Amino acid sequence: MIQNLVDGVLVGSILSLGAIGLTMAMHMLRFANFSHAELLSIGAYAALVFDGLFGAIHPALAEAIPPLSLTWSLTLALLLSMALTGLSAVAVDKLVFKRVRAKGGELSMVFASFGVAMIIRNILGLIFGLNPKLYSQDIVFAIVVSRDPFLLIKPDQVFTLVAALLIMFILHLVLSRTTFGYSLRAVAENPTLAQVSGINLSRMVVLIWLIGGGLAAAAGVFYGLTNQISPVLGRDLVLPIFAATIVGGIGSIYGAVLGGFLVGLASNLALVILPSGYSPAVPFLIILAVLILRPHGLFGEERT
Amino acid sequence: MIGVISYLVFFATVASILSIAVLGLNLQWGNTGLFNGGVVAFFGAGAYGTLILGGTPQAGQLGGFGLPYLLALLGGMVCAGIVAWIVGLLTIRLRHDYLAIATFGVAVAFETVMRNTDALGGAQGIRGFERPLRETLGNGFTYNLAFFAFVLILLIATYLFLERLIQSPFGRLLRAIREDETAAQSLGKSPSRVRLTSFVAGSVIMGLAGGLYATFYAFISPQDVLPILTFQIWAMLIVGGAGNNKGAVMGTFLIWAAWTASGWALSRFAPLEVQLYTGSIQFVLIGFVIVGMLLWRPQGLFPEKLVVSQSAKNK
Repeated sequence: MIQNLVDGVLVGSILSLGAIGLTMAMHMLRFANFSHAELLSIGAYAALVFDGLFGAIHPALAEAIPPLSLTWSLTLALLLSMALTGLSAVAVDKLVFKRVRAKGGELSMVFASFGVAMIIRNILGLIFGLNPKLYSQDIVFAIVVSRDPFLLIKPDQVFTLVAALLIMFILHLVLSRTTFGYSLRAVAENPTLAQVSGINLSRMVVLIWLIGGGLAAAAGVFYGLTNQISPVLGRDLVLPIFAATIVGGIGSIYGAVLGGFLVGLASNLALVILPSGYSPAVPFLIILAVLILRPHGLFGEERT
Repeated sequence: MIGVISYLVFFATVASILSIAVLGLNLQWGNTGLFNGGVVAFFGAGAYGTLILGGTPQAGQLGGFGLPYLLALLGGMVCAGIVAWIVGLLTIRLRHDYLAIATFGVAVAFETVMRNTDALGGAQGIRGFERPLRETLGNGFTYNLAFFAFVLILLIATYLFLERLIQSPFGRLLRAIREDETAAQSLGKSPSRVRLTSFVAGSVIMGLAGGLYATFYAFISPQDVLPILTFQIWAMLIVGGAGNNKGAVMGTFLIWAAWTASGWALSRFAPLEVQLYTGSIQFVLIGFVIVGMLLWRPQGLFPEKLVVSQSAKNK
């Protein structure tokens, strides 16, 4: 039970990172982006490549930082991967979403995102193979925190949680303390009025993709670090991340953070009563529950 | 020669079954503007419903009620309708993303539940279904031909039903709501109720397709209700032309032919190590077809014929 709670928080931090970007893009561009979770895969694989590169350039970089399995090269790779994934999110928007947007149909965007997800996922599979990969082949033993109740935690998991919280805190500072943060919130509130006040809307869209992609990359790397990397990573996480945004209320960044943790906790706690095979269905149950109890989520506003 | 003909019958049967599903989606998306991201859930509900209601009893499995075939097929359609009604009731009033996400979710949940619940066949799927009239028609070519005729009749019936429906006042109402919800509401119409009706009706049609599919193979398993099927059905509609029933059917035959042909070509000509990735290559190709269509010809190969008003049409 305690183990499920702790695991839930850890998974939750990853979902939160993914959900922040999704909720921002969904709010601003008004479409359910089914390809967002593929950004996590891009991030995870990009970091895998950079990690290998750095390790090859300087062997010292490939040394693990005890007690983690995380290496210095992977830390550097994480930062590069965040930038690259952000850029690829911008590129996808330029190549596909922006043009579909220009043709009208909000709903065509949803379907376009289906197509984009399909393309990204399978190209990753073609490049890196369908078998799961790991950042480190070393076996990192979990630390027994307590025997009664039994609780195991891997050092990497603690690092992931701390790093995710740190990233979210930085984002919070940016949103609440900088002009950019104000403009972002203004655009989310009322795009037309924001434009009248001299905010460049298309630049904000680019920035949102950059941030969303960056956060997704971090989530993907953390997921890879605590689980494994595979081409179906995006497919497996798309529903939990959507659930997180719906729990928090579409458009609410803080809601997405909270939603991520709630979905992570609920999915792991559900394992106490349900066989693990059913866990992919849990996010759907959460979505249903939210739609029945509070259709606009915890912090969402009523808007159709 | 008989081999070719029998393959063509096989191909046409599957394509016709899928056409029915695409027609159902066309009612939801093309005529009403509802995004259904989980077509397989309704297709699957019809398939599982039909086999459970019409099958013979199996140890440890729910069902085997052995209902007469047409009743079982109808029961499968009702199952699909019930699932659609529950999902629709919860989401149809909200902004459109919710329906997209919830339907996507119901498909994931459906597959998960079917895969893990042994009473519903589990990963092995549901067996022990006797195809109707098998004793009279045998198992061979005659049966397949007769079944194809049956599917074709149902496809034509569905087509005519939907054509009549969209010409009817209800069809006009659907388009009115799709184009301008507020205007429709100001005329005293209830958009959410009409949309729910259309959503459930479309899903029942998908359930019919699922029931036929399961009958054709006398078997259904979670492997048949993977998300890729949703995607294929969507691709068929987008390529054919949303809003146009003729386009929907044409798109289905076109995409299904391209899909089977590319699969065949890859297995025939590609080197062995590439063949492992046949699925991935096909998915990438179909992904590009979709995105390309949306970018360059969003109205599809056979665009919807827009009618400005009845009086303009009669002029």
